[in-house]
Amino acid sequence: MNVTLKVWRQKGPNQSGGFAEYKAEGIIEDMSFLEMLDTVNESLIAKGETPIAFDNDCREGICGMCGLVINGIPHGPSKGTTTCELYMRHFKDGDTIVIEPWRSVAFPVMKDLIVDRSAFDRIIQAGGYISCKTGSAIDANTIPVPKPIADRSMDAATCIGCGACVAACPNGSAMLFTSAKIGHLNLLPQGKPERFNRAVHMIEAMEAEGFGGCTNHGECEAACPKSVSIDFIALVNREYMGAFCAADFE
Amino acid sequence: MKLDAKIPPGPLAEKWDNHLNSIKLVSPANKRKYRIIIVGSGLGGASAAASLAELGYDIDCFCYQDSPRRAHSIAAQGGINATKNYPNDNDSIWRLFYDTIKGGDYRAREANVYRLAQVSSNIIDQCVAQGVPFAREYGGQLANRSFGGAQVSRTFYARGQTGQQLLLGAYQALQRMIAAGKVTMHTRTEMLDLVLVDGRARGIVTRDMVTGDIQSYAADAVVLATGGYGNVFFLSTNAKGCNTTAIWRAHKRGAAFANPCFTQIHPTCIPVSNEYQSKLTLMSESLRNDGRIWVSKKPGDKRPPNDIPEDERDYYLERRYPAFGNLVPRDVASRNAKMVCDEGRGVGATGLGVYLDFRDAINRLGKKVIEERYGNLFEMYERITGENPYEVPMRIYPASHYTMGGLWVDYNLMSNIPGLYVIGEANFSDHGANRLGASALMQGLADGYFVLPNTIGDFLAEHRPDGLTADGNEFRTVENDVADNVKKLLSINGSRSVDSFHKELGKIVWDYCGMSRNKEGLQKALTLIPALREEFWNDVKVPGDNEEINQSLEKAGRVAEFMELAEIMCLDALGREESCGAHYREEYQTPEGEALRNDEEFSYVSVWEYSGEFSKPIFHKEHLQFEFVTPTQRSYK
Repeated sequence: MNVTLKVWRQKGPNQSGGFAEYKAEGIIEDMSFLEMLDTVNESLIAKGETPIAFDNDCREGICGMCGLVINGIPHGPSKGTTTCELYMRHFKDGDTIVIEPWRSVAFPVMKDLIVDRSAFDRIIQAGGYISCKTGSAIDANTIPVPKPIADRSMDAATCIGCGACVAACPNGSAMLFTSAKIGHLNLLPQGKPERFNRAVHMIEAMEAEGFGGCTNHGECEAACPKSVSIDFIALVNREYMGAFCAADFE
Repeated sequence: MKLDAKIPPGPLAEKWDNHLNSIKLVSPANKRKYRIIIVGSGLGGASAAASLAELGYDIDCFCYQDSPRRAHSIAAQGGINATKNYPNDNDSIWRLFYDTIKGGDYRAREANVYRLAQVSSNIIDQCVAQGVPFAREYGGQLANRSFGGAQVSRTFYARGQTGQQLLLGAYQALQRMIAAGKVTMHTRTEMLDLVLVDGRARGIVTRDMVTGDIQSYAADAVVLATGGYGNVFFLSTNAKGCNTTAIWRAHKRGAAFANPCFTQIHPTCIPVSNEYQSKLTLMSESLRNDGRIWVSKKPGDKRPPNDIPEDERDYYLERRYPAFGNLVPRDVASRNAKMVCDEGRGVGATGLGVYLDFRDAINRLGKKVIEERYGNLFEMYERITGENPYEVPMRIYPASHYTMGGLWVDYNLMSNIPGLYVIGEANFSDHGANRLGASALMQGLADGYFVLPNTIGDFLAEHRPDGLTADGNEFRTVENDVADNVKKLLSINGSRSVDSFHKELGKIVWDYCGMSRNKEGLQKALTLIPALREEFWNDVKVPGDNEEINQSLEKAGRVAEFMELAEIMCLDALGREESCGAHYREEYQTPEGEALRNDEEFSYVSVWEYSGEFSKPIFHKEHLQFEFVTPTQRSYK
């Protein structure tokens, strides 16, 4: 099949960008979306032009490195799917496909489709961990974790930190990302001692990075390639408010 | 070259404890005066960086991705082994040790493997304390499942995302230490060379992948945790960025490379579907717990799988290996898949595939149970192939997955270069000629959490901080080498893209140094690779400049190193005139087609020393002594 691409090209963080049009020809439906871009890049290199820069690594939907807004939807049209696991069989011959980077104040564009997501690491630094020095752990079965709690914690922990939630949110909020980590850790008995500090400090860090607040649009859940539920945002709101009445909050 | 493995004396079960009691310590007040460089932020690198920082050392940690959480450990699916014996199925440290040594076809060190089994339990404790949401039973206790090469259930797992959860645990510990100011994280930064001062590893030279700046960092010790070199095959289950540059550059600076030909081809990957494919996706080995592998008894059978009646199916693993059935080790499963495909019985459009069928498991347990166990893997399969594995058997085929070979290290995980440590997949130490499933996560974390933080102190105690900075001549010289190399790649301006070279190299290595090897093929590869390398350096086209994000330049640098590595892989495979584990030489097989080891002549680690660009590397042997187990012909029948 042949498709037309409109791709955001931007040479550097401080330069202005714009859309450029490319023809992707001889595309087969078993190609992944990124493999389709690979072939476009091969043809650009052959013509002596600069290939399109885009982040990617594992290409199996788990590292969270890839992320393109495809026809206005972060990670494209397939639900619960990262860009790297999107296949060309979901497109038709003759389609025009618009490809943009994540758009958010807190994710500045570095080049073409690559954005800077280091803000996410800084949110984790504010409390997205359980303080447990190597070697100080007790036997793993000492603390039983009810299966439904472990499962729910895992539902949150499955977040890959790609940033699609931010790209999808009209407010550019990182609440789904932040809540997924708080939810993962606060649900578990091991995470309880630091639960209130974690919730408050991570949300404060999120706001300090320039992400917006949550106003319950639900776009984040719809765009999330791991289908992390916005229920975790509700859970975190409770944790956040509870902190101010808790004895163990500093 | 002097290779002293420094295996502690004494009974196997006491070696590690005795060693811990005898090595030197650095006092808490002095630890902060030391700086340690850690390259890589996967399970090994992140766990080491966090643990060493907690001890008080100052750490510089480097990764090429935009965040340490992206390291490819994240993609490990199935699980992590440990000797908890929670299922009461008679597991023990000895059994995990024995399974690992046997699974590695008796080409690993007994002492290292025993230590790995010893610390495996601590890893589970540590990870649970960090909040890794492992699968649980209804009573709240941890759940286990079984994996290839073992007859006990010792594998802990978090759905099909165990690597992700373990890595996030280590990543979070690392972020905690970054926030504490003990770790300086350098993302989007690639190590391009190692710096030695007076014969000791004292720093690295990196390229900032955003600005192109070439910069040096100095330290009291350097730890490489940069993973394996499976991407030499171009198509592999590794992430696209995984590369051999750090360990290969260290090799060229004097670090010995061990067992380069021991590369694992994983049996259960989604088959190649087209020539544009950029990567292969693993389907976790855990699927072999419930899936049954088969092909038609008739060659060239083009019927849809569900139309092939039961008595015309050949469940070849169950037939040939009744004791282990579908759970034979990876090398055996891969080789058998290749054999049935070579007989013309392969499935799918290319004929390079076998069925992995869940029909019987779904009938026995119900779709819901299967969905709970493997749901995310089934979804992934359907996304990639467009086929529903609940209704049609999966098609799978082996793919490059893991490299047992790597830089040579002693029992302390130090290479032959003083002060250069190598951990995780980047070293060669624990898996012999074949790694068992769910053991890579175990080794990465064992090295990073429990081995290195102890053993590195022994070295540092003897090498006090001397205030070395990255301004000296040794650093300038290496920086210049790195800058020259970048300039050269950008200036060739030939006609072929980097990927086209990488694909061609991968095909050579896959055809002649892949699942099975023979003398003639390896000799052919050894003429093809240098010719391709020469063409690369004359005709590669790398667009753009250094002073920007330039993904073609990054790839070109990596492929240039793979070109050199591929050659010693083939040399190593050629010299090892036996079959063992994943190294299958067609000339050396039993009448049943199993790997035929030759312990008389080849019970050693092959160790290669770099000797210059145009001369053959120098070959050394580290003889393996088996004091506690008796190597036998591996049998899974």
